[in-house]
Amino acid sequence: MDNHYFSGTGSLSRFILRRDRIRMPIWIFSFVFATVVIAVAFIGLYENAQERQTIAATMENPAMTAMVGPGYGLDNYTAGAMMAHQMLLMTAVVVGLMSVLLVIRHTRTDEEEGRIEMVRSLPVGRLANVTATLAVLFLINIVLAVLTGIGLYALNIESMDLEGSFLYGAALGATGMVFASMTAVFAQLSHNARSALGLSIGFLLAAYIIRGIGDVGNGFLSWFSPLGWIVRSEVYVNNLWWPILLTVGAAVALGGLAMYLNSIRDLGAGFLPARAGKVHASRFLQGPFGLAFRLQRTGFIAWAIGMYVLGASYGSVMGDMESFFADVEIMKDLLVPMEGFSLVEQFVPTLMAVMTIIGTIPVLMAILKLKGEEKNGRIEHVLGRAVSRNRLLGSYLLISIMASFVMLSLAGLGLGTVADAMMEEGFDVAMAFQAALAYLPAVWVMIGLTVLLIGWLPKFTGFIWLYLTFSFFVIYLGSLFQLPEWVEKGTPFGYVSAIPLEGFDWLQAALLTGVAAVLIVAGFIGYNKRDIGN
Amino acid sequence: MTVLKTAGLTKKFGDFTALDGVDIEVGEGEVYGFIGPNGAGKSTTIRVLLGILKATEGQATIFGKDAWKDAVEIHKRVAYVPGDVNLWPNLTGGEVIDLFIKLRGGNNGSRREELIRRFDLDPGKKCRTYSKGNRQKVALVAALASDADLYILDEPTSGLDPLMERVFQECISEAKAEGKSILLSSHILSEVEKLCDKVAIIRQGKIIETGTLKELRHLTGTMLLVETKEPMPQLHELKGVRGIEQKDGALSFQVDQEELDHVIRYVSGFGIVRMESAPPTLEELFMRHYEGAGTGGAV
Repeated sequence: MDNHYFSGTGSLSRFILRRDRIRMPIWIFSFVFATVVIAVAFIGLYENAQERQTIAATMENPAMTAMVGPGYGLDNYTAGAMMAHQMLLMTAVVVGLMSVLLVIRHTRTDEEEGRIEMVRSLPVGRLANVTATLAVLFLINIVLAVLTGIGLYALNIESMDLEGSFLYGAALGATGMVFASMTAVFAQLSHNARSALGLSIGFLLAAYIIRGIGDVGNGFLSWFSPLGWIVRSEVYVNNLWWPILLTVGAAVALGGLAMYLNSIRDLGAGFLPARAGKVHASRFLQGPFGLAFRLQRTGFIAWAIGMYVLGASYGSVMGDMESFFADVEIMKDLLVPMEGFSLVEQFVPTLMAVMTIIGTIPVLMAILKLKGEEKNGRIEHVLGRAVSRNRLLGSYLLISIMASFVMLSLAGLGLGTVADAMMEEGFDVAMAFQAALAYLPAVWVMIGLTVLLIGWLPKFTGFIWLYLTFSFFVIYLGSLFQLPEWVEKGTPFGYVSAIPLEGFDWLQAALLTGVAAVLIVAGFIGYNKRDIGN
Repeated sequence: MTVLKTAGLTKKFGDFTALDGVDIEVGEGEVYGFIGPNGAGKSTTIRVLLGILKATEGQATIFGKDAWKDAVEIHKRVAYVPGDVNLWPNLTGGEVIDLFIKLRGGNNGSRREELIRRFDLDPGKKCRTYSKGNRQKVALVAALASDADLYILDEPTSGLDPLMERVFQECISEAKAEGKSILLSSHILSEVEKLCDKVAIIRQGKIIETGTLKELRHLTGTMLLVETKEPMPQLHELKGVRGIEQKDGALSFQVDQEELDHVIRYVSGFGIVRMESAPPTLEELFMRHYEGAGTGGAV
């Protein structure tokens, strides 16, 4: 290797593994464990082929295609095919998210904190850090792929053969690799960790949405998304390996691009232009609330647009669903329409649940920003002046609650307005809006839990993301088949009225809001008692 | 009148005792130097005083109010500069200064411009592009532009160049002339010597020395440089003599105040050729405390 560029890559790789010796195994274990448990659950829930064929019929529905990818092997919907079709894409998205977070952590964040500068002052090559980061990421994605393959095959289920199991793992690993490389590219383009993270997550969501639009349409757009490639591997049916090769090839090419960009830029610089700043603070930037909002403004707007687009993309398939249901006789028998509701309307609660959980991410980020500020030692500037802890925490809480309203409203309006435009019969926009807002109390419970953690257990605020992931899988799986009721009741999202199928349960909503209020008050008490530190 | 006072202030982080019965007292119009090496507990004391950390035991009061309970009231009259200034990378220096002034509840536009000019700061740049010294300037301008009664400054000049250090010292002298009180934590001893009326030395969470500079010097003794016709064989055996060193044919050493008379009598017996005396610098004072007791674990 050329010393000028790569000297020290090996040591840095080991150092990255050392730093993340807990974090990375937890990620890998969670994926393998979740995948195996879900596979077992699929087998247990649909014991005979007839039951599975019933489900296969619903999978041709465009909403499902938009959500989980195009169906395949539906005429012989084995347990393996079913599991791979319904779970691969969603799991791959979360694997992609893992790669994004880890790459940002070891590239732009380290650079922003000045740690790369110290490393670079040592006899270490210019590209050693980005190379080591990608090497480690590729390694852990390969480990993830192999362990997932072994785990699925070890279940010894007839329809889950050796090749298919490893292909399933490989699809996850390849996705992780391509998003790792793409993130490394964004880490070169941006000036700072935050915007690199925003771009990377935006790219991940865009990849999912573009694939969804493509899959529902003629499939052309899906070619522009790595997620569109891997869903075409038809795991456990045709076991196609070319999508894996294509994805890994793209990962390597993007990795090369990231290295090239890194080699031609200055430390701390980026390629996207930075604007000149203001000499005076605006009238809005006058207190903790203005500051908290200003710090998150860009991300807030991006997420708001993203939520509308997500809602709109689901709404756009509503029209397709309508014609689909009209065409297929069998569906009319299968899904017995509830009185007064169209078949399309019956899908609204499920879509809304998935969108709500995604929309909870920016809501929690808004309140967790306070924790980040504390960790970076910037809180003492604020608390060292005439600002009480209640006012400080209250400002972030207010932004978080505003975000919950904005994100859910936009998702509901996106779904409603676009569906209304696409459907011949029209669509009740107000109903979609109500269905979205019905989730607000559940989101507030998540906010309350986060405030509680910030107040009492600031070191464990990351727990909330685990709980949100758990909620996502519970709600997502719960919508695909019947989970035991107590599992769904383990998350606040399990207590939400399924509008329009159910009426709005005021008592339930009031109880959730009450729980949220208690958690928030408890969190405030803790925050007023504890040390602020970094 | 006492502006700031701690009594038996103790702070534990788990098993670790960061502060062990700290007593300091800053009077009105006083510049109080707070010195000690890294990790001695200077910043922890200041954070307790600001109500950011809660004391395990003991009292901390500012303007007669409890530092923890009445933090917000107190902060309306306090200006603070942290030792390690972390700012928001996507805000400009000017925005941060304005925000800080507003968070305190004051508004002092002309003073802001004057200080920005004196500290030679470009307020239109994003904080991410600032060096450590420039970030410190942002915090200093925000603190000095506010019309506070007490300034709490935690190693405020550690990143400034000598020119800016002088500007800082001028600003502190001006504040003092206006009757403001200042708690200045530092390990730049020449600065403390120049500015402070009173000094407290902290080591491993305990105040080991406190008083005016004069008192501290008195405690330590005098530096003597003596050249004699004949050698002084028993000098090192004398009580109160420390740190004997050979310097251009002369001997330099330190003498405790109470032994001075005794030592001079002894020295004069050997025929004095040259003799210089000087009060010890704060540095020597400091070194004596740290080297002498370096291994005595007080934690």
